[in-house]
Amino acid sequence: MKRFLGFVKKEFLHIFRDYRTLFIIFGIPIAQILIFGFAISTDVKNAGVAFLDLSKDETTQKLTDKIISSGFFKRTENLVSYNEIEDIFRKGKTKEVIIFEKNFAKKLQNEGRASISLIADGSEPNTATLVTNYTMAIISDFNTDISGIRANNPMLIQPEVKMFYNPELKSQHMFVPGVITLILILICALMTSVTITREKELGTMEVLLVSPLRPIQIILGKVVPYFLLSLINVILILVLSWLVFGLSVKGSIILLLAESMLYIMLSLSVGILISTIASSMQAAIFISLVGMMLPTILLSGFIYPIENMDDIYGYISYLLPPRYFITIIKSIMIKGTGFLYVWKETLVLLSMTVLFIGLSVKKFKVRLE
Amino acid sequence: MRTILYLIRKEFLQIFRNKFISRAMFAVPIAQMLLLVPAVTFEIKNVRLCIIDNDLTSESRGLISKLEGSTFFKVTFSTFSENEANNLLYKNMFDLILNIPSGFGENLGTGKTGKLSVAIDAINASTAQLSWAYLNGVIRDYNRNILTKNINTIPVTLVPQIMITNRFWYNEMLNYKHYMLPGVLTLLVTVVGFLLAGLNMVREKEMGTIEQLNVTPVRKYQLIIAKMVPFLLIGLIDLSIGLIIGKLVFNIPFVGSITLLFACASIFLIAVLGLALFISTFSSTQQQFMFIAFFCMIIFMLMSGLFTPYESMPKWAQDFDMINPVAYLMKINRMVMLKGSTMHDISREVISLIVIAICSTSLAVRRYRKTA
Repeated sequence: MKRFLGFVKKEFLHIFRDYRTLFIIFGIPIAQILIFGFAISTDVKNAGVAFLDLSKDETTQKLTDKIISSGFFKRTENLVSYNEIEDIFRKGKTKEVIIFEKNFAKKLQNEGRASISLIADGSEPNTATLVTNYTMAIISDFNTDISGIRANNPMLIQPEVKMFYNPELKSQHMFVPGVITLILILICALMTSVTITREKELGTMEVLLVSPLRPIQIILGKVVPYFLLSLINVILILVLSWLVFGLSVKGSIILLLAESMLYIMLSLSVGILISTIASSMQAAIFISLVGMMLPTILLSGFIYPIENMDDIYGYISYLLPPRYFITIIKSIMIKGTGFLYVWKETLVLLSMTVLFIGLSVKKFKVRLE
Repeated sequence: MRTILYLIRKEFLQIFRNKFISRAMFAVPIAQMLLLVPAVTFEIKNVRLCIIDNDLTSESRGLISKLEGSTFFKVTFSTFSENEANNLLYKNMFDLILNIPSGFGENLGTGKTGKLSVAIDAINASTAQLSWAYLNGVIRDYNRNILTKNINTIPVTLVPQIMITNRFWYNEMLNYKHYMLPGVLTLLVTVVGFLLAGLNMVREKEMGTIEQLNVTPVRKYQLIIAKMVPFLLIGLIDLSIGLIIGKLVFNIPFVGSITLLFACASIFLIAVLGLALFISTFSSTQQQFMFIAFFCMIIFMLMSGLFTPYESMPKWAQDFDMINPVAYLMKINRMVMLKGSTMHDISREVISLIVIAICSTSLAVRRYRKTA
């Protein structure tokens, strides 16, 4: 035991000696929380919109003003002909062109019908949909105003809506769990796989293997410091999101930390498994960064909703540990659920951990090649 | 010049002798393109709906069948108990509860207002808002149907109506793959180039083999160029593989000029590789390099404009993106591929990339020390 503790101490010294390690372990989560909190939103604001007003009468002017003053849009240009539309889209600043037909006000008055065409830049589908929806809502609102329908025919059906668990519709509820999930698996897998392959590559693994320490103690000793640092990391993120966004943990903090420990263990075991496969640090870094970063961001349901994935990809996402952890952490943090609601996910994470550890033990080589 | 060519040859030999890396640098991007591009979509469908119909009249059934008919909603559960529904919402069995209280149909029939209540799981705020907007649209539609059925007093022609037609250019069906492919491709090219180039340089330092290069008459700039060219080529090959996958597998059109795209990608890669080599000059181990690279990459990627529209970022984030090469290539890639933008349209982005490339490469050359 004393020997083991000595080894753990050596590992801690390794970590603390390089200020960059700590910078990365604590700097990345802080930067991510701040970026997600203040820079990233899937909402559209200030989308560039150009007008092609072929009528130029009072009604189109009013409608244009209404659209601009809504705050969603920013006028980029006033066009005079259809030919300019292509050019303006190619420049990329304009997301939508609104076209009023000729004699708009006259037609609206005489025939009761006048038309507006909206053309949106579909190369960014999300923006295109949102921009079109906003514009349509503004126009139909305007339509109701001028037709006086509101006074004559009240809405017969009155829906009343309640937003559960997140009445203020804050986006923090999505990304704080997401950041924790992403950071833990990337940092743990990366750090563990790199420290182990580093010893291999520099030849110091041999020194460790001939020491009286057993292989399992070597691996555990490598992992313990990162386990503790990751746990501190989780607490740091929770405190930070509480201080900055006022997001508190609704459920039991102890349960949340316990689940996080399980997930950290899982991530560390992924790291160990990578280190048994990878022969060099380059390979380890390549697998844990290039191989894992994008799939974790995209498939774990953290930015892009997984419910919408087509079946096959939905199934693939079942293979990724982050998916389960994100469900657990969201339930505990936001809904305040107890263990009974997340035991299934916990069980999956637990069996994945056991599987990965089993595989690494089987693949771990005590002899050098 | 010949010196550089020999050095480049050495680099290539070294890269391809490492069996794992030489395979992974092409295999991983291919696998991820195939996996990630079709998987991700913001388009919302199959919102799971639970219906509590305590009314059971033709009016309530009419509304329900309208909801069942939409591709947006999927009615997965119906019950008469509000408690049960709330409980199951808590357990995440569905996303939305529509509660039709008894008397709804009767009220509508007699021209009074019929009340409905809706409960939405709003943990994901943007999905919740969208589902609500959509449900509200269906209800409004249904409302209008009833109105025109019940009250035929107002002749349609007297009510002025603005007709709206809308179209999406460049991507008529709003196919999400058209958006994801250039985006994921940009990120992959960045990550592969950035990591490999930096690690390669630092590995020579860590193993001590850099000394053997330092004692030769090879100039600093020659060394940096020789370290850059192989990864520039690898990055471009990855890019071409990605574009071929886009064309053959996902059938994504390529409207613009391929030459322009490759020219931009080359400038971009020089910028990124220069940055990687610059970072490598103040890292003495691969671990140290990786830490800084990881930090830079994650910030560059998150702010690149793939996850959030550039316009809706706050001012400081937009300012930051002026030095973020990934954000430029993300834009250029999408514009050239999908919209056929020309050099004239993207000149600002190209010039910025060139400036970044010059700065980062000259920093890398200047900071490189032949003496230990």
